Amino acid sequence: MTDVTQPPGAAATLRRWWQRTSRPAEAAKRVQFDRPLLPWLFLMPQLAVIFVFFYWPSVQAITSSFYLEDPFGFGASFVGLDNYRDALGSAEYRRIAGFTALFTALVTALSLGLGLLFAVKADKVIRGRSTYRTALISVYAVAPPVAGLMGMMLFDQHIGPFVTLAAKFGWTMQVGINYWDTAFAMILVSVWKQVPYNFIFFLSGLQGIPASVREAAVIDCKNGFTRFRTAILPLLAPTAFFLLIINITYALFDTFAVIDVMVKDKPANNPITLVYKVYNDGFRGNDIGGSAAQSVILMVVVLVLTLVQFRWLERRVHYG
Amino acid sequence: MNRVRPFDHFVLILGTLFMVLPVAVAVMTSTHTAVEIHSHGLFLTPGGHGAETYATVLTRQGGFTGQVTGTRMMMNSLILGIGFAVGKIVLSMAAAYALVYFRFRFASFLFWIIFTTLLLPLEVRIMPSYQVMSDLGLLNSYTGLIVPLLASATGTFYFRQFFKSVPDELLEAARIDGAGPFKFLIDVLIPLSRTMMAAIFIIMFVYGWNQYLWPMLMTTEERFFTLMRGIKQILQVWVGSQIPDYNEAFALAILALAPPVLVVVVFQRWFIKGLTESDK
Repeated sequence: MTDVTQPPGAAATLRRWWQRTSRPAEAAKRVQFDRPLLPWLFLMPQLAVIFVFFYWPSVQAITSSFYLEDPFGFGASFVGLDNYRDALGSAEYRRIAGFTALFTALVTALSLGLGLLFAVKADKVIRGRSTYRTALISVYAVAPPVAGLMGMMLFDQHIGPFVTLAAKFGWTMQVGINYWDTAFAMILVSVWKQVPYNFIFFLSGLQGIPASVREAAVIDCKNGFTRFRTAILPLLAPTAFFLLIINITYALFDTFAVIDVMVKDKPANNPITLVYKVYNDGFRGNDIGGSAAQSVILMVVVLVLTLVQFRWLERRVHYG
Repeated sequence: MNRVRPFDHFVLILGTLFMVLPVAVAVMTSTHTAVEIHSHGLFLTPGGHGAETYATVLTRQGGFTGQVTGTRMMMNSLILGIGFAVGKIVLSMAAAYALVYFRFRFASFLFWIIFTTLLLPLEVRIMPSYQVMSDLGLLNSYTGLIVPLLASATGTFYFRQFFKSVPDELLEAARIDGAGPFKFLIDVLIPLSRTMMAAIFIIMFVYGWNQYLWPMLMTTEERFFTLMRGIKQILQVWVGSQIPDYNEAFALAILALAPPVLVVVVFQRWFIKGLTESDK
């Protein structure tokens, strides 16, 4: 995107950006309608919704992260970066951030791994193919809170088969009471919920590999696993990278419901993620400034992730 | 060339069990009484009390006000799912149409304004969003439930990609025939997009139906509760009860998961096409 022939400078960059964005969209179509007002009419509903419910709240989150607000709503005083300092400086925040990182890494790795494994096998078999596919896809539509509820049952102290099974190995599993037992259950439920999504994308990625490439790979390489690693996996890399970002976002944000259902309003000694803390501090603790500062920190994390993804998307559009 | 080994089927069967067994257990267990479940554990065989459990869950007036039944929650989930999906399709199709088929100033600036919304999920701006809704007096309304969720560009992205793949010749031919922007949209583009619209409808319906955090914050009045909110409720009631209503909890879970799962399974082909062809 950057034009290296121009000298660096804020004014020049701004001018270029303005020139680029204010001229008509380049060649979306060879022929286009020339009406000055009609496109605005078509865009108006979408823009209105976005401004009221996206830009306004986002700006508010950023402003209120610099204020210390009175919990009863009687006023706010400017405190600069204090909210950020408090958040990043607290041991609790860092502990939760650490758990979030671990949780995200495990959920992402396991659900990507299982999705890929099932996709490779489902791509191979012929008999029962559509049955396997339907079975593996169906859970996609299960809502995270429902998954959490079912997890609660499966890990229930009285009736949960997982607890009984663990007891046979001498593991007294206490989900909701023991920190790591709860974490284990949360991770398992979150992975279960996400495997179908990865499966769908890996399977369609595999089916997009031409038969001629596969045949060539078979001739070149006898060993099935080496063949997969050296010929098939590189071709799946774009899909895998796309999924990596999506899965990290999923583990960071969409698992909120799983966590909320499984800690049952008692986050005190249970594992929680950063998003849960934003919600908890804001709505329960009434610490609006602190919650906003944490939101902004998360926004930066997502921003970086998405920009990485966009860069990659762009590259694939150009060379793919 | 690629010989299928029994091991492949073994892995797939294990995978299928891993994915489907929890749902099967939930279905089967929901047909037993709470006492049976409490003494025996979970079931993999059907029991004889399914009809009454589901009837109770669907019709019993629960909550503090007695305004909320399972049927009511299901209606609300349906309104949220369908309202969200339809709203998304209308808004994003109109926006994508303007972006792809019109030549006007600031088109690519607006493109970026809209696509920036892909960067930040609702969860990170949940507090101020709530504040805005409460300032606008939209708490406890269907508008407040649905419209803020529409503030993201996913649908616009899908439609933009699709419109760009529509051959230019169609517009040229339509213009030679004297068709204006509205006629072209209604008579050519919408009929062409039917499959795409169906795919997006499925994806968005599932997304709307499954919303949890937003409805939870937005609806304090029980008559607006969705099934997801009901699940939170049933777990809160558990704390302190002697024999929790396991059967009812499972029945509620099944009611909450059945419609989106059925939609996805039945319309699998469209759904996968929509999901994978536009990379979300």
